[in-house]
Amino acid sequence: MILFILAVFLFLIGVYGVVAKRNLIKIVIGIALMEYSVNLFLILVGYVKGGTAPILTEGMTKDPFVDPLPQAMVLTAIVIGLATTALLLAIAIRIYKKYGTFDIREIKNLKG
Amino acid sequence: MKGMTIIVKKVTQMICGVIFLYGIYIIVHGHLTPGGGFAGGAIVSGSFILLILAFGSEFLALKKEETGSSILESSAILIFLIIAALGMVIGGVGVFFVNFLPKGTIGQLISAGVIPLFNIAVGMEVAAALLTIFLALLIYRDEVLK
Amino acid sequence: MDFLVPLFVVVPLGGAFLIAIIGNLARGFGRYFTSIVFAFLTGLCIYFMLHLEGPVVFKVGGWELFESIPIAIYMVIDGLSIYLLLIINLIGFLSAFYSISYMKRYTAESHYYTLFCLMTAGMNGVVMSGDLFNIYVFLEIAAIASYALVAFEIEKEQLEASFKYQVLGGVSSLFILLSIGFLYWYTSTLNIADVSRMIVAGGKREVVIFTQVILLSGFGLKAAMIPFHAWLPDAHSSAPSPISSMLSGVLIKAIGAYVILRLFFNMFAITYNIGMVITVIGTLSMVIGVLLAIGQWDIKRLLAYHSISQMGYVILGVGIGMLVLANNGDRAVATLSIAGGLFHLFNHAVFKGLLFLNAGAVEYETGIRDMKKLGGLSAKMPVTTSTSLSASMSISGIPPFNGFFSKLIIIIAAIQAGYYVLSILAVFVSIITLASFLKVQRYTFFNRSGEEWEKRGKQVREVPFSMCFSMIVLAILCFVLSTLIVPSVRDVILTPAVDVLVKAGEYTTAVLGY
Repeated sequence: MILFILAVFLFLIGVYGVVAKRNLIKIVIGIALMEYSVNLFLILVGYVKGGTAPILTEGMTKDPFVDPLPQAMVLTAIVIGLATTALLLAIAIRIYKKYGTFDIREIKNLKG
Repeated sequence: MKGMTIIVKKVTQMICGVIFLYGIYIIVHGHLTPGGGFAGGAIVSGSFILLILAFGSEFLALKKEETGSSILESSAILIFLIIAALGMVIGGVGVFFVNFLPKGTIGQLISAGVIPLFNIAVGMEVAAALLTIFLALLIYRDEVLK
Repeated sequence: MDFLVPLFVVVPLGGAFLIAIIGNLARGFGRYFTSIVFAFLTGLCIYFMLHLEGPVVFKVGGWELFESIPIAIYMVIDGLSIYLLLIINLIGFLSAFYSISYMKRYTAESHYYTLFCLMTAGMNGVVMSGDLFNIYVFLEIAAIASYALVAFEIEKEQLEASFKYQVLGGVSSLFILLSIGFLYWYTSTLNIADVSRMIVAGGKREVVIFTQVILLSGFGLKAAMIPFHAWLPDAHSSAPSPISSMLSGVLIKAIGAYVILRLFFNMFAITYNIGMVITVIGTLSMVIGVLLAIGQWDIKRLLAYHSISQMGYVILGVGIGMLVLANNGDRAVATLSIAGGLFHLFNHAVFKGLLFLNAGAVEYETGIRDMKKLGGLSAKMPVTTSTSLSASMSISGIPPFNGFFSKLIIIIAAIQAGYYVLSILAVFVSIITLASFLKVQRYTFFNRSGEEWEKRGKQVREVPFSMCFSMIVLAILCFVLSTLIVPSVRDVILTPAVDVLVKAGEYTTAVLGY
């Protein structure tokens, strides 16, 4: 139960990073933190009390398996998070070259 | 970009081959142990990136390397799609993505049909993709510093 | 016929990476190959539409039901999916044909065509999927390809617009993933038909309402509805013009409006409160979008704001249908309203795509996007002027173009359902749209005489053939689509889509088979 509360707390720290920080890289780190917290939440959904890893080996005991479907979902979500972060960073360094600053208060060419 | 000190260079020389082999072990045993294509591919690309970071990028023709790894990534995905589409021709009544190779006994290395082939294709693709991203950012950094 | 279903995703995906490999050697390969791929997909769509009776269900990997529990990933093509697939692939073909001439001046052309095919593969996957997490994966493929395409011409404004779009789009995708996590926790299955069965069977109402709210905000941002519209003007005006027509004409429908329709009609039970929320959001989008659009002087920014307003019409039509169905009212009124909304979806894709292609043609010849500096182009660019005139009359709702019929159906349905304020607002917004587009036509094409351009030293001619072809085909479609009113044409194209939404409970039995 406390793990769920900690996952939501991590999500809120990510939201603080996106909303309140002025540096572009800190916004990217905020988004990455939010992604990790959602992945953690998804794995926690699949936990069964007293379960073992869901792999068929020889000499298994009669313990129940942990749910493997959220683990497959989280693998895919990690890959998607990687692609998102890589694209954000590539655009951020090009913005630095064009505008000369990382501060979002200076990057305001499009208005209205 | 310049390389690092001589201690880092020596340790990297000794260890990057071991990291590469460990990554290949995780890819190939994807149907028996945790890991599989993505995790193993990330480790394999880690070994290449470690080499470039430790020795510096002045020895490489960066544009040719990046073209090469980009072509490797696209061909890995095409191999994946061809194996998936082969299911329509060989196994079943024309169903996509079906498992058409014989599934052996549980726990052996060569078993579970097409899954090890998919793991190898995905591992190649992820390693090449991460290396392409790293090389593209490196090329842009050299351009900016000029 | 169900082994042809995965081709909609496999062919653009394989084509994209084939272009990436061969584009390193021959730069012009991607141009013609993309048009061939899209022509094949459009032909496949038309074949499916003519031979469709009932939903076509394809289980990936051939895994059958296990003790009557669906364990495979399902891909379902029913009336609504084939309607949207036709829109995506037709507008995609015309945009790809347009970009043969438009993109010749960029050196990274093969990357453009790779990303274009990837975006279409993602959109096709979203529209066809019968599984919740599959929707998320294909949504991310389409969205990440569109982030890269918005920043394609790497200038200051494009990069800033793409960064804003990415941050907002990334946060909304995380909300969608969170709601999928909650739905899996509640029902322990990911198949849409199975989730619908579990939700209807009863249980905790609070989890369902919480998930509905998070899903509405996540997909509302993708569909550019009013509290979530801040990324749209920057992103759609900074993209290259064929991509603007794809983004505004197809992407906000395929990954925004379609998923809201599928999840809120076929998966969740239709309730009055959610119907009221959707109708209010649609009305606000309609009114605020057009009020923000009047004061713009940049052509593409004005067209992007009008996209918000027209999507408000679609959501309004669908929302009124949902309210009537939730109150157990007259089924004919609900059918009329949803038919009006879906018809306006197709019309908006056609005329907004044509308007963006026209703006791109003007920018290709003159290099200017500010309306105060344009004018006098009607003699020099006759094709662009006439197609732009037909698109403007279509969006303002002037008979006999297609926009008139779809707006008329929505207004009549609103009056029949008893919501008189909404119908008055819809007429009011249509009048303001007419005023705005009269301003666009006058300032862009008719203001000054043609000799001004020689005085400025610019040689302004008509655009090349491939661009003219796409614009003329879309202008002809603006006329031809008004025939969707005729019952024999309507029963092939529009009625299956409306039936899927009105008979909302039958999706589960049709897909699962029991």
